[in-house]
This record gives sequence, C-alpha cells and structure tokens, in this order.
Amino acid sequence: MALETTTMTNDPILKVEHLSMRFGGLMAINDFSFEAARGEITALIGPNGAGKTTVFNCITGFYKPTMGMITMRQRSGGEFLLERLPDFEIAKRAKVARTFQNIRMFSGLTVLENLLVAQHNKLMLASGFTILGLLGFPAYRQASKESIEVAKHWLEMASLIDRADDPAGDLPYGAQRRLEIARAMCTGPELLCLDEPAAGLNPRESLALNDLLQTIRGETGTSILLIEHDMSVVMEISDHVVVLEYGQKISDGNPDYVKNDPKVIAAYLGVEDEEVEEVIEEIEEIESEQGGMTQ
Amino acid sequence: MANVASTTASAGTEVTARALREAVFAGLITLGLFVLFVGLETDQNIRNELVLRQRWGLLAVFVAVATVGRFLIVAYVQPWLAQRKAARVAAPDIAKRESFFSRNFAKIAIVALVLYPPVILALVGVQGSLKWVDNFGIQILIYVMLAWGLNIVVGLAGLLDLGYVAFYAVGAYSYALLSSYFGLSFWVLLPIAGILAALWGVILGFPVLRLRGDYLAIVTLAFGEIIRLVLINWTEVTKGTFGVSGIAKATLFGIKFDASKDGFAALFGLPMSSAYYKIFLFYLILALALLTAFVTIRLRRMPIGRAWEALREDEIACRSLGINTTMTKLTAFATGAMFGGIAGSFFAVRQGFVSPESFVFLESAVILAIVVLGGMGSLTGIAIAAVVMVGGTEILRELTFLKVIFGPTFTPELYRMLIFGLAMVVVMVWKPRGFVGSREPTAFLHERKAISGSFTKEGHG
Ligand SMILES: Nc1ncnc2c1ncn2[C@@H]1O[C@H](COP(=O)(O)OP(=O)(O)OP(=O)(O)O)[C@@H](O)[C@H]1O
Ligand SMILES: [Mg+2]
Repeated sequence: MALETTTMTNDPILKVEHLSMRFGGLMAINDFSFEAARGEITALIGPNGAGKTTVFNCITGFYKPTMGMITMRQRSGGEFLLERLPDFEIAKRAKVARTFQNIRMFSGLTVLENLLVAQHNKLMLASGFTILGLLGFPAYRQASKESIEVAKHWLEMASLIDRADDPAGDLPYGAQRRLEIARAMCTGPELLCLDEPAAGLNPRESLALNDLLQTIRGETGTSILLIEHDMSVVMEISDHVVVLEYGQKISDGNPDYVKNDPKVIAAYLGVEDEEVEEVIEEIEEIESEQGGMTQ
Repeated sequence: MANVASTTASAGTEVTARALREAVFAGLITLGLFVLFVGLETDQNIRNELVLRQRWGLLAVFVAVATVGRFLIVAYVQPWLAQRKAARVAAPDIAKRESFFSRNFAKIAIVALVLYPPVILALVGVQGSLKWVDNFGIQILIYVMLAWGLNIVVGLAGLLDLGYVAFYAVGAYSYALLSSYFGLSFWVLLPIAGILAALWGVILGFPVLRLRGDYLAIVTLAFGEIIRLVLINWTEVTKGTFGVSGIAKATLFGIKFDASKDGFAALFGLPMSSAYYKIFLFYLILALALLTAFVTIRLRRMPIGRAWEALREDEIACRSLGINTTMTKLTAFATGAMFGGIAGSFFAVRQGFVSPESFVFLESAVILAIVVLGGMGSLTGIAIAAVVMVGGTEILRELTFLKVIFGPTFTPELYRMLIFGLAMVVVMVWKPRGFVGSREPTAFLHERKAISGSFTKEGHG
C-alpha cells in the first residue's frame, strides 16, 4: 500500500490544486487539493453536504470554480486545464466521463440507444457530420456496426444484455445505475467519475458493482474517481481515499490510514476535537475484541 | 344464480336512474348556458334599430342534444367502457398481433395517395376534381409537411417553437420576391427558399437556444410576430399588406400549365383546365412531404437524430457524454426551418399570391396542435392528425344540411376553432400522448419493441 502511494504521485492523471467554489456567501469548497493516480481507484468521501458533488461538477465543467486549477493528464501526455473547458469538451477531448448522484438516463430511449448516444462524437465523424451518412456512404454503416459491438460489450459487462431493447426507464434501480456506468464507459474515457454508484443498491447488487468497477479498471486501465457513502465499498476497492468536510480536505491516504485517522472518525461521528482521543481508544478496544473473536 | 341475476338487474335500473338524473341536469345546465346566447339573437332591421329575435326552436335542439347525449353516455357508453377495461385487465397478455393493415400502413397510404387524383378524376370528372384535389389533397398535404417539419424541432428535439410559421413565411416570400424581381424559376428557388429559411433558423437559434421551456416558447412566438410585422411594414420590397401577386407558376420540365400552344393541355391533346395544374401540384407536394418523411426517418438513425432525442430526454446527461448541445439544437432548428421554408415556397407557387395575413400566429398554433395530437415524434400519427384537423375543417364547409337545422345564416366554418378545441380536448383525454403515443426505437439487438409513451419525455427547452 505504501509503495502504491509513492508511485501514484509520480503519474497523476488528475491534479486538483487550490480548488475553491463559492455559492453566494457559502464557501462550498475551500482551497482543496488532491491527486488521483493513473490506473487507480480514488475515493472521495465525506459527510452529507461536504462538497463532494460540487468537486465533481467542477472537474466535469458543470460549475466554473471560483479559484483553482484542475489538470487532466492523458496517457498520451496531452494536458488539459479542465476549469477552462466547456463541459461537453471535457467529455469529448479530455476524456473524462461521469455519472450523476440522481441517475440521469434517456428513459424514453432503449438501453442500447443510450449506449449509442454515448458514442455520438465518434459516429458523427464517421457519418461526415451526417451528410455522408445521409447519402448512404458505407463508412457510416461500418462505424454504426462497430458502435453496436462496443455497446454489446458493455451491456454484457453490466449484465444488461437481456434488456437491451427495453426502454431505459423500465429498468429497476440497480440496473439503471449499471447502465449509467456502461454508458459513461462507451465514451471511451480515461478517467471515470462516479457519484455514489452504490446508493440505493442492495448488498448483492453492491457486490456486483464492486466487480464491475474492478473489471473496468483491470480491462481498460481506466482510472476511477469515486464518491461513496458505503464504507464497505470504499474500503474494499479503493486504492486511495480523500476525505472532505465542510469543503476542506481533512485526510488523504490509503484506506487503512484514513480509516484510523482521528479527524476522519471525528467527522463521521460528529464529535468535538477534544473527544477524539477517547473515541479512538474506544474504537481500538472494539477492534481488538473483534480481532480476538475472529481468531 | 337468482341472486346474481337480481343484483345485475338492480344495477341496471340504478344506472338508468342515474343516467336520467344526470341527463336532466345536463339539459338544465345547457338551457342556462345558452338561453341568452342561442335563444335570443340581436339583429338590425331596415331602420337600423336593434331588434331581438327569438330562436326557441334552436335552443330546444341544443338542450335536446345535451340531454340525450348525457343519457346515452351514462347509461350505455360508460358501462361499455368499464366492461372493456375489465376485460382487458382480465386478459392482459394476449399477444398483440398486428394486422396486415397496420403493419403496412405507410405503404398502403402512399399507394392510395398516388392513386387519389386519377380516382377522383374518374369519379367526378375534370372540373369536379378541382375541389377534391386542391382543398382536400393539397391543403392537407401542406399541413402534413409543415407538421413533419415542426416535429423535428418539437417532437424529436423537444424544443417548443411557437413561431414556426415564420419559416413558412420566409420560404413563401423568398420564392415570391426572388421570382418576381429576378425571374428565377421555381425549381431553382425551391432549395434556395429552404436554405434561406434554415439560415433564419440559425440566426434565430443562436441567441435564443440558451433559453429553456416557457422562455424559449415566448421568444419564438415573438420572432414569428416580428417576421410578420417586417413583411407588413417593409412596403418597398414586400408591398406590405397588399401582398405579392402574380407569382410565376411552376413548370414540369419546362412545360407550362397555360392555354398556350405548347402548354401542358395542348401538348397532351387534353381540353384546357386548371385541374391538371392542381394535380401536378398535388404530386409535387406529395413528393416534398415524402422527402420530409424520408429525411426524418434517415436522420433518426443517424447520431444527430439520436442526439436530438437524447436532448429531449435529458440535456445535462447529453453534455456529460460530450455532445455539443448548442450545435445539436441549432441543427434541429435549422432542419425544421428548412422544411418549413420549402413548404412555404410551395404555398406561394400554389396560391400565386402571398400576403402577411397567411402567416399569423394561428397557423403556428394549428401546426403545433397537429404535432401534439398526432403524438410527438410519430410521422404516422401526425399525418392522421393533419387529415382529421385540416380535412375536418374543410368538411365543415360541405355540411350544408346544417343550415336546415340552424337556419340559413349558419356558416359552419365560423365554428372551426370551436370544433378544433373540442377535438383537442377529446383526444387529449382519450389519448394523452396523441394518436400514436409510442416510439419506434432506432436500433435493436434482439427484437424491435415499440416504446410506450409513458417513458418518453416531452422535453423542457
Ligand atoms: N448550485 C448550488 N448553489 C448553491 N449552493 C450549492 C449548489 N450546489 C451545492 N451547493 C451547496 O454546497 C454544499 C455542498 O454540496 P454538495 O452537493 O457538493 O455536497 P455532497 O458532499 O455531494 O453531499 P451529499 O453526500 O449529500 O451528496 C451544500 O451546502 C450545498 O447546499
Ligand atoms: Mg453529492
């Protein structure tokens, strides 16, 4: 784990520096800096209202940050300053894809069509910005076939292949979450940002989600940035955890380190600073008891 | 058994009693509503004095219709509907086998339309065919084409455009002015009119498309009015309210439709009649409408068409997938405007005369009503709605027997809007998603299933 922590600072895919976001009088994010390493799963956690979704919105261009710099470095070495790009360019050129905390699907389109919409830019080029496609050039027909193959691959990965021709709005909640991830992957991203993908999932679905994320990272080498409340997911799959409270970073490190960080414990349990020591002692006691039991 | 029979019998008498009661109520309400409107009529006599005429007979007809209608609905129609609903719930999964007719509806409709003029000619003769080909055929097809064009903007991209008639006007005036000032032919100007309208679509689109929902609707409405006011006030070019007249007719491969020696009729040894020109125009607008449909169907399977529909469903998700939503909206606006412009130049060539009066807000409203009634996005539904709406109002003119009931001064056309409104309310109650509420997917893996209208969104911008 410690080794990984050092390698990650060598090759960050995303570098957030001194990010601040102000809404009127509310400083939603205050001088927040962190790095996400290439090929890793980085988790962003924190209590409700800490500003996690706001960080995502700044990274993906839906909000323009009040201050700060967000640098995306692609595998090819291309660098993008995300705070200067319009939102759709961030997905198109910088190759950052995202999902939403409240699922956003094209509910009246079929599951397959959802994945085809995600390949818009690729298909747009192949169809000569519609004109060649309209005239029936074969290049578009070929590209269209390939895009269906890509969609099929991700449908299989998300185990949605049986529901490919159903309207997306007809899927159960867990399947909609998986569809949103599959759709984001169809854009061919280098960084995938997931806003609470396990929210509202039952334990079995949650496990399947873990597998899906691991496979995504393993197969495509896509780096993942993850907001999550479910600690079992965070601790199980993430390589690196960043903790946010009231818009400020309070902890940053590997899962074991963060789990035992007094500040994090205090933030999650909502205690005053002086009491933190007591809490830690209690936790250690409990853990040693549990350890004794399993042995 | 006897028990069951007696309960159904008592239920039957109960329903009849309720129907009678409600019928009497409906009759009374109608009487109260119409006693002053219908029962009494103000008129002027020869000495310009106001006189009251009493029309109790007509009032009685109104009340009778309401009473009997209500009775029939409560006593027979409602139980029948309830029964049907229960039957459908009881047997939900009887596979819906589509009949041959509904599967091949489009092909049958096209063949019927192609055969329509010769059949009419054979049935009612050359002169008699004028009304049927022009008033019913061409008139309806113009609205079909306009509604299909607007469908791209409203039905697919989900952008509420209340000023669509502006593009129709741009197309009509493009042809009228360019042909009378520069003498260009119809076939050259047809695409030019489309391009000019599309250009106006883009010019309007740039500042407006960042607006959403109601704001977009209001600004497009204003844009439609601006175009009309410019046409009225720019008198040096457009001749203002007088309009442009004497617009050149279209030709068929250079053959003119006139009484000259090498005109169409003389060339084919037919007696001179304007009916042939109308039939030519009928086929022309049929071809243009089919072109609109063909392009729409093709575009829906292209990335741009899918992006339009995705935009209707969720704009933010579109942007998160790298779709440039401004460009996508602009292309929808421009494509819709282009078909509006082409239809406009056809309108100019058909009338031979254009004036700003033809491009009032009401036209936009009628076209939008056709799109909504037909089912947003569905070409078949929209075509049916255009036939019902436009054909229906044309039929009103034919119903001369109504004069026998309502008196010789009764002009059914005046009730057009009333009936329009009534039809819209009825259809929206009966089929809230329009005649064809379902959506055809543009691609499929295993089987093509129609998507129920309850999943699709109307768009909000
Ligand atoms: N567009 C906005 N305008 C004003 N305030 C905002 C806006 N977006 C977020 N906020 C505020 O910023 C703070 C952080 O919100 P954010 O949604 O980022 O929290 P979060 O960490 O994602 O919380 P949760 O776990 O509940 O999703 C909140 O106080 C919120 O009210
Ligand atoms: Mg959030």
